[in-house]
Amino acid sequence: MEHILSMLIFFPAAAAIVGFLIDKDSMRQYGVVVTVVEFILSLLLWYYFDPSVAGMQFVQSLPLISTYGINYLVGVDGVSLFLIVMIAFMTMIAVIGLTEKKGVKNLIITMLFLEMTMVGVFVSLDLILFYVFWEFTLIPMFYIIGFWGAEKRFYAAIKYFLYTFTGSLIMLVGILYFGYIFHEATGVWSFSFLDWNSLILPFDLQLWLFIAFFMAFAVKVPMFPFHTWLPLAHGQAPTIGSIILAAVLLKMETYGFIRFSLPLFPDASVYFAGFMATLGLIAIIYTAMIAYAQEDMKQMIAYSSISHMGVITLGVFALNVEGISGAVYLMIGHGIVSGALFMCVGVLYDRRKTKMIKEFGGLAHNMPMFALVYAIVLMASIGLPLTIGFIGEFLSLLGFFKYSPILAFIGSLTIVLSAVYMLAMYKRTFFGNLVKEENKSMKDILGRELIALGSLVILIIALGIYPKVVLDPLNTTVTQLTKVMEIKAVNNDSKEKLRALNSIGEVK
Amino acid sequence: MLEPINISLDSLNLGTIAPISIAIIGALGILLTDIFNKNKHKSLYVILVVLFLIFDLFTLLSFNGEPRGLFDLMLVDGIAVLSQCIIIGGSILFILLGLSKLRLQEFRYAEYFALYLFAVAGFQFMVSSDSLILIFVGLETSSLALYTLIAMHNRMVSIEAAVKYFTMGALAAAFFVFGSMIFYAITGTVELAQMAQVLTQDGFLSMENYSNYILVLVGFAFMFAAIGFKLSLFPYHVWVPDVYQGSTSALAGFISVVPKIAGFVVALRFFEIFIHANDIIIQTILYVTVILTMTIPNLIALQQKDIKRMLAYSSISNTGMAMAAIAIGTQQATNALFLYWILFTITNFGAFGMLWLNRGKEFKDYESPYTFVKFSGLAQISPFSASILALFLFALSGLPPFALFWGKMYLISSAVNSGHIALAIIMVLNSVIAAYYYLRPISYMFLRDVEQGANTEFMQNATTPTKSIVGFAVFLTIIAVLLIDPLLNIISTLVSNSGF
Repeated sequence: MEHILSMLIFFPAAAAIVGFLIDKDSMRQYGVVVTVVEFILSLLLWYYFDPSVAGMQFVQSLPLISTYGINYLVGVDGVSLFLIVMIAFMTMIAVIGLTEKKGVKNLIITMLFLEMTMVGVFVSLDLILFYVFWEFTLIPMFYIIGFWGAEKRFYAAIKYFLYTFTGSLIMLVGILYFGYIFHEATGVWSFSFLDWNSLILPFDLQLWLFIAFFMAFAVKVPMFPFHTWLPLAHGQAPTIGSIILAAVLLKMETYGFIRFSLPLFPDASVYFAGFMATLGLIAIIYTAMIAYAQEDMKQMIAYSSISHMGVITLGVFALNVEGISGAVYLMIGHGIVSGALFMCVGVLYDRRKTKMIKEFGGLAHNMPMFALVYAIVLMASIGLPLTIGFIGEFLSLLGFFKYSPILAFIGSLTIVLSAVYMLAMYKRTFFGNLVKEENKSMKDILGRELIALGSLVILIIALGIYPKVVLDPLNTTVTQLTKVMEIKAVNNDSKEKLRALNSIGEVK
Repeated sequence: MLEPINISLDSLNLGTIAPISIAIIGALGILLTDIFNKNKHKSLYVILVVLFLIFDLFTLLSFNGEPRGLFDLMLVDGIAVLSQCIIIGGSILFILLGLSKLRLQEFRYAEYFALYLFAVAGFQFMVSSDSLILIFVGLETSSLALYTLIAMHNRMVSIEAAVKYFTMGALAAAFFVFGSMIFYAITGTVELAQMAQVLTQDGFLSMENYSNYILVLVGFAFMFAAIGFKLSLFPYHVWVPDVYQGSTSALAGFISVVPKIAGFVVALRFFEIFIHANDIIIQTILYVTVILTMTIPNLIALQQKDIKRMLAYSSISNTGMAMAAIAIGTQQATNALFLYWILFTITNFGAFGMLWLNRGKEFKDYESPYTFVKFSGLAQISPFSASILALFLFALSGLPPFALFWGKMYLISSAVNSGHIALAIIMVLNSVIAAYYYLRPISYMFLRDVEQGANTEFMQNATTPTKSIVGFAVFLTIIAVLLIDPLLNIISTLVSNSGF
């Protein structure tokens, strides 16, 4: 089992290369088979994962550039485990629910390459390797948006590429600088996260490096001033692209904050917590308001994604077990829910070739099953109890309450605001009379669409009722993380702040 | 009555010029073959060139004597060996592109291949000497050969390019001679090592020796301009796009890689004297030039509508990146320079090679076969060639995990490690600008449909040997990460041997 991570990374890539040989009519089936196998592999990983161990598991290391300390170093802990399972699951669902007709073969091959890079990001423990996978996600996504997208796809694809590329390159300088510091301190070249974690940095250095990493992560989250590429990319991307973008790619950077920024720069994290929380709050309120004003259903969901990413940011920078576990849980939850939402929009778009809310109305009459599915997904997105969205939002806000009750109160407006725009949209789409002639002939979902959406709904409810399966292993890792932060903090103020934030106890 | 001069053959250390003489003998051999056999197929000459270059390479690798030879004119130290390897390797790759399908004018003449070998020999002389006179001879040999190579394509645009290149090159040569003259006047020697000694001993770079300081600066300015022309540094880069456009892609690729490494070695040997003297004016000039060389051509490249001109500007900008290594001046930076240039050779060879294979014969003089529009929808017609060209373009933009990323990363880290954080940031921002223009042809190839009524024939110039040699470059670009470690070991051994 020690090679399972390498298999998880490279199986889709190998399958993609072999996939060139397959005839284009049979490509979709091939994609389904490969992604199902990948999902089973990820379940195996979960099965063999020991939830009582807080550190990294399944660690594998191979020297790549030994003179400069770059290794192929992979491993998982409680945080990355579930994200990997989610990636494998969402890719599988996205491929099953695929309705695209144009260039399916290229699309499937691109998806498989994308899956490799996504898994790679979440298991890399060597910073250079992490950076390589992180940047490599750009090419497939650029192709997916740019080729299968809507009218403004070139602009959207290039904007997406340039925004994220800029941020990441600044992170690269940060990574290289950290490597240099590590070399100065120890005399050894290393880019391994495990080695770096043992190094305690002075406060001002932490600030600068935090900012360098922040540039890459904030652009991709996306945080408030850097968010303009996202609605455009979502609006123009095909359904499968939006699902992957929302479900997985946006999670890479909050994961980056948890994995790298918090333990490596604990004082800077405490120092910037207020600032980050403010950015999160701006995202929550401001983008929720924009979402309400959208006429395009997909743009609306894209803005609501930004809004929810704000809650995740709040959870992460609550800096305590509840907040961070909640944020990770919400990352998983939001991945599933927003994927489902985009798939629902895709269902409508396939039938009517439009995403404008005003074109629909009264759909509940002829699409009852779809209306039900959509309603459940919508509730999960709002954060109704007993759905997956509730647990994450509740825990994130609970964690943040400890930091500042007032800000947490403002943050909790997310539930109210998302209810406003989501329900308004739902009303205009599904209720009322079925007036438009074109809408009368729309068929209810069945077959592939029902399987894909149905399994998402089951998961949404199941994980909403019984979150313990995920939270247990998560807590072990996150508790360890907060302890590490407290030990590594150099300023006494930050030490005390961290101790104070973590005095509620753990969540079961 | 003069004393008779006795020189033993041993003291000449002829091993130092053995590799170069093989290239020259090869060139003469090709000329002789042509005299006795008319109208032989070009493949004969291509393979002969490759053969002699391989022979050249092996002689070079087996050389292990005193670095000095031939009355101390030759200096075959670590970086000379290293850069000769890059020169020979690059030359082998680019001449193999000559095995293509189209029958072009220049390949009918055996002189083309002889001149090619003469050019290579010239570059080898340039890098393996620290005497300004021999460097000058090497520079002129290679440059004159290059001008002729370009003009032999026998179209108006090529002749124009050759004349432009010649005019600029002549000016640069004049600057070089003038600069050398001034330095000879000040220090009484034309050997760089002794020059450095005199300059530091007599304090020419300090305030005490003020009148000479100005002379040194003037000499430096002339030399800087001469090297700047050869390397296409910022204000002296204007000839590059026109020359590239006028020469065939195979030759343009050669010009973008091989002469520059020779130029870098000369720059390294020459600037090293001044960088370690911490002279504020000279350092500022270098620093500013490096930054402008990276940035300005990048900005111009954004406006291009032709892949070849775009690659011309991008190669100037890449030169700026590599020049940054010389400006930084640490040992890691020198390693980074060579690593960067080896990887750049592979990637640029791939990009220009793909253009060369896609050349058609239908286009007229002064028209380019490589406009972006012509490549619209290539991914639908020929997904394989589109992916390969895109791979090289992505690699050039420095996207991991392809070849050039590792070079860039090591270069940036050498900047970071020596405290030049601002320079590092400027480098990465330039990568972003570059990414935009590299993405444009990619978006034409992948994201657009085929133009109505466009000629959809691609790869007209491809044959199995040329395809496989480009395939080899693809292979190297993808597995680059495994090459870095051995390469770095070799580079750092050779570089530290020669004391840089």
